Amino acid sequence: MKYSYFPGCSLKGLGRAYEESLLPVMKHLGVDLQELDDWNCCGATAYMSVDEAKACVLASRNLALAERDGNHPILAPCSACYLVLNKTKHYLHQYPKMKATVDRALNAVGMKCEKDVPVRHPLDVLINDIGLDAIKMKVTKPLQGLKVAPYYGCQIVRPYATFDDQANPTTMDRLLEALGATVIRWPLKTKCCGGSLTGTIPEAGIRMVYILLNEAKKRGADCLATVCPLCQFNLDGYHSAVRRQYGDVLLPTVYFSQLMGLAFGLPDRDLALNRAAIPFRWRPSSPPPAPAKPPAAKSVAA
Amino acid sequence: MNITRTIKYEADRVKGFGDEVMKVPGCEKLKDCIQCGTCSGVCPLSVYMDYTPRQVMELTRFDFKKEVLSSKTIWLCASCYACTCECPREIRITDIMYELKQRAIHEGVYPRKFPIPVLAQEFEKMVTANGRISEMPLVMKLFMKTDPLGAMGNWQMGLDLMKTGRFSLASEKINNREQLAKMFAAAEEKA
Repeated sequence: MKYSYFPGCSLKGLGRAYEESLLPVMKHLGVDLQELDDWNCCGATAYMSVDEAKACVLASRNLALAERDGNHPILAPCSACYLVLNKTKHYLHQYPKMKATVDRALNAVGMKCEKDVPVRHPLDVLINDIGLDAIKMKVTKPLQGLKVAPYYGCQIVRPYATFDDQANPTTMDRLLEALGATVIRWPLKTKCCGGSLTGTIPEAGIRMVYILLNEAKKRGADCLATVCPLCQFNLDGYHSAVRRQYGDVLLPTVYFSQLMGLAFGLPDRDLALNRAAIPFRWRPSSPPPAPAKPPAAKSVAA
Repeated sequence: MNITRTIKYEADRVKGFGDEVMKVPGCEKLKDCIQCGTCSGVCPLSVYMDYTPRQVMELTRFDFKKEVLSSKTIWLCASCYACTCECPREIRITDIMYELKQRAIHEGVYPRKFPIPVLAQEFEKMVTANGRISEMPLVMKLFMKTDPLGAMGNWQMGLDLMKTGRFSLASEKINNREQLAKMFAAAEEKA
């Protein structure tokens, strides 16, 4: 299985723990990831707010690079990248005028975008290409007793996801169960985290973060698991602002890939767990203390 | 005492604006809107908006250009696509919001000092020039332009980022920036 890996800007920046944990996990599963050479920013939500045609040109350069480099499916772990690359593909299919603009741009530099290279999310690849059985076989330190609230956020399931349900996605739930974790059922798994509003309009953004943290905590979660660098940053990085407005709701937020690494028994230093503001600590080797045995038992064993 | 008229007049309309928007690929279905309000109901940000998404749909369709283009609503939309997925008339509300944002920027009528359109434009500039985003420099630019003192309030976050090795002022760039520039230039030529 070979994929063109499209990290996106965040996975090289604020969200580097996602890349740092995803790559060893995928390698452990035998997935061949080749980073797309000289990839550019997908444009995210901001670029298409300014110029949609140029946003499509920008994103399609990545599609064209993947086509040139062997036409392997693109693996896009960041939700915004995943959405934008898929959205661009839809536009190229549906709107001939947009296609003409993009073709003109690609033509000018001797590239093309014709082979409809698939854009896939790691959850999709893990569940549908690798399969839960293969994943279970790699679990050496099951996450027994760890209560995880799976948080999908918006952009991997709406509106272009093909691999999971829009209203009640379950791929991450099933993955976490395969790792031995206890999955918390909660109704906010696809509610928006606020995106960049935490920085631009804190009044709105912090409230959205608080709602998610509070609900997960109320339902007994030990941590939130995310699939998106911006969701992770929002849910992890704004605890002091949340505390000021609403009181403490301390809850760590980790990438699903970090939990996979823990369950696979990969060394902590390979999983970038120290990159979060709210530390996540969990050791499979520390089960609840066993009740003290009466001394008599020892003599029986002897 | 200052009073404002809250009811809109026919004369406030910019005739043809709605039709123009509804001709844009992806925005055609706006004509089918039944004003059910599902979009406003599922929107996690409608509580902060000056016009709800339902109102923006109606105002756009009936040519109230000034109202929608200078609204905060279109910028508060965080692109979570909940409305687009739930709309019973399959109107691509998120994409209509994008169309309105672009027009607001193009005409320079977005609300001044409102950070979101400033961020969008700084983001666009940086990516157009470098091909990639450098998160810290982008955030700093945003603060400089909108709330220079507000940046100080975020010292705790800066400290957290330094402690966890995520604070970087490096400027990220693709190698083939020339190629990207050529592509943008070709895209802007008339067909």
